[in-house]
Amino acid sequence: MRSTVLTDEAGQDANKAPNPGISAENPRRTGGNLVQLISPKGERISHPEFDLWVSDVTDEQLCSLYEDMTVIRRIDAEATALQRQGELALWPPLLGQEASQIGSGRALRDDDFVFPSYRDNGVAYCRGVEPTDMVRAWRGNASFGWDPYRYNIATQQIMIGSQTLHATGYAMGIQDDGADSVAVAFFGDGATSEGDVNEAMVFAASFQAPVVFICQNNHWAISEPVRIQSHIQIADRASGFGIPSMRVDGNDVLAVLAVTRIALDRARKGGGPTFIEAVTYRMGPHTTADDPTRYRDANELEDWAAKDPIARLKALLRTKGLLTDEVEAKTKAKADEVAGNLRAGVINMPDPAPLDLFNHVYSTPNSWIERQKDHYSRYLESFSGSTQEGAL
Amino acid sequence: MSKLTFARAINAGLRKSLESDPKIILMGEDIGALGGVFRVTDGLQKDFGKHRVVDTPLAESAIIGTAVGLAYRGYRPVCEIQFDGFIYPAFDQIVSQVAKMHYRTQGRVKMPITIRVPFGGGIGSPEHHSESPEAYFTHTSGLRVISVSNPQDAYTMIQQAIASDDPVLYFEPKRRYHDKGDVDETADLSTALSMEKARVVSSGSDVTLVTYGPLVKTASDAAMAASDEGISVEVIDLRSLAPIDFPAVEASVRKTGRLVITHEAAQSGGLGAEIAASITERCFNYLESAPVRITGFDIPYPYSKLEMHHLPDLDRILDGVDRALGRGNSLSGLEG
Repeated sequence: MRSTVLTDEAGQDANKAPNPGISAENPRRTGGNLVQLISPKGERISHPEFDLWVSDVTDEQLCSLYEDMTVIRRIDAEATALQRQGELALWPPLLGQEASQIGSGRALRDDDFVFPSYRDNGVAYCRGVEPTDMVRAWRGNASFGWDPYRYNIATQQIMIGSQTLHATGYAMGIQDDGADSVAVAFFGDGATSEGDVNEAMVFAASFQAPVVFICQNNHWAISEPVRIQSHIQIADRASGFGIPSMRVDGNDVLAVLAVTRIALDRARKGGGPTFIEAVTYRMGPHTTADDPTRYRDANELEDWAAKDPIARLKALLRTKGLLTDEVEAKTKAKADEVAGNLRAGVINMPDPAPLDLFNHVYSTPNSWIERQKDHYSRYLESFSGSTQEGAL
Repeated sequence: MSKLTFARAINAGLRKSLESDPKIILMGEDIGALGGVFRVTDGLQKDFGKHRVVDTPLAESAIIGTAVGLAYRGYRPVCEIQFDGFIYPAFDQIVSQVAKMHYRTQGRVKMPITIRVPFGGGIGSPEHHSESPEAYFTHTSGLRVISVSNPQDAYTMIQQAIASDDPVLYFEPKRRYHDKGDVDETADLSTALSMEKARVVSSGSDVTLVTYGPLVKTASDAAMAASDEGISVEVIDLRSLAPIDFPAVEASVRKTGRLVITHEAAQSGGLGAEIAASITERCFNYLESAPVRITGFDIPYPYSKLEMHHLPDLDRILDGVDRALGRGNSLSGLEG
């Protein structure tokens, strides 16, 4: 795993800290206001209730959050370039959402289990997933790239919102096992319109399951703006299910870390589910096949560029004298190295064999599949010796 | 050997499974204190507790979706869908998640989920309570689909389904719930007939009559009636609908040269079409006549006063047997 030093149990202060009085009875303790600990200009804002939850974060760890965000942005840019060059069929950029994903991803314990969407590569990076495995599916070499049990992060869900139910079910299993780990579902603002997400909140509340719902409100569900999806703040929907919620500046990595720790701590202590709305912005297209200039204003993008998650942490680190030129150069070198490895991994990825088609449909042999595999194998063999040699 | 109703036989099978593995849990609507609307889970929550027999909120997609999460965690959920017509809200989770997870993860994540579905008509119910949606699922790769026709199979095959590492849809014919039959509760799962295998219910030499679930009894009655007229009908209970045990059907058709398929589900795009096509491909030269389908009509399930016209009964099946044999029948003289 990438790191465990930032879990909710990490700091002594966090352990002693009262869980901010957010409860089912008083679900909107944040008053609908964003929890923000670092301003867009990079000033550290005091917010005692939440400061307690990050007071253990050392300067070194703050720098490591900066590094993670920088690296994942670089991975994202490299994957986008690989798509433009025809090496990947498609890529869903996360540009702009680095703080939401790194701040929450770094809060998790190894034995927590993540149910992500396709855009959550920053979370996957925190879990230790190899960047090459993040693009395997987008190159068409596999339906999905990594072993969920190796990193305790499930397949990246493409069906919008489905994974919130999986997380809730997994959490019910944790509960039955008497464990204190947590299932965490990542999804977007668009997903909150899906029935599954609403059903997941009903079940999570009914069973008081140890699940955290992290909704990255990036303002756009492809071309559908969030204001059409929801006539109230998304975080406010949770109270209708009896689930406490917090609304956090999703471009503030420290604030995201704080609220995620609060939610995890509550779940571990048997306090049930929490809903987090991380308010952020999808700076890029929905996927590389999308063209956001057709549906959104360039001014909006400019406004959000001024709230960039990496720039603000960078400013803070500069002010604190932590981000020396040397540290900056080291961070950039690491990001470039990871990107280089990703590129090499993609270019050198071996193509799957045609008969791999039939593998793993079932866990035991299946007469229908076996027959079709046999027939197709004979068909392919019928070309042997012809110009299509090597078809197998 | 004990005499059990169909419903009690499933109940006994569920109990045996629950006793065998603490990771097996039942979940569904009203399955706890009430014992399910058909009482199939009667008494199980009392004996195994609320964490093993879970009453869920009323949301089918969530029942299956949370089962996926539980399976991820190493559990073996057995979900009850209250009625056939209520399965559609869960269709996406079944087809896009349950069915595909093993393939998607290259075998790393197993989905040992059993989905019990009371199905079929004949009980005078309103809309949505009498459907036969099995073909939607047999068309979905990654699922195993079975249907049971008697208390012994009901008892054995529910345990086989739960023991399977693949997801299984278990279709139980609700109009047979109160039928009684002998059940050997000491039956050993490891030596029992595999749930993928069809069974010859009664052997015959003139016509092969293929069916499953609620119509096995009707087909057997039809075979008996046919024998009074000197016609020898071989009845095959498919048991497994995906995959279908085609070698068993083929062996029978090679012997009889004639094939009649009957099911309650609508005809077009149904299992009868798949069986007719596959058997024609596999042993065309052995067929003496075109395969015949006797099925529900291509209509929404009708209001109950008319359902007995919709459901294949003994006489309609015999009419089909006559057609296969080239004897006089209701369509004699009609071309095509």
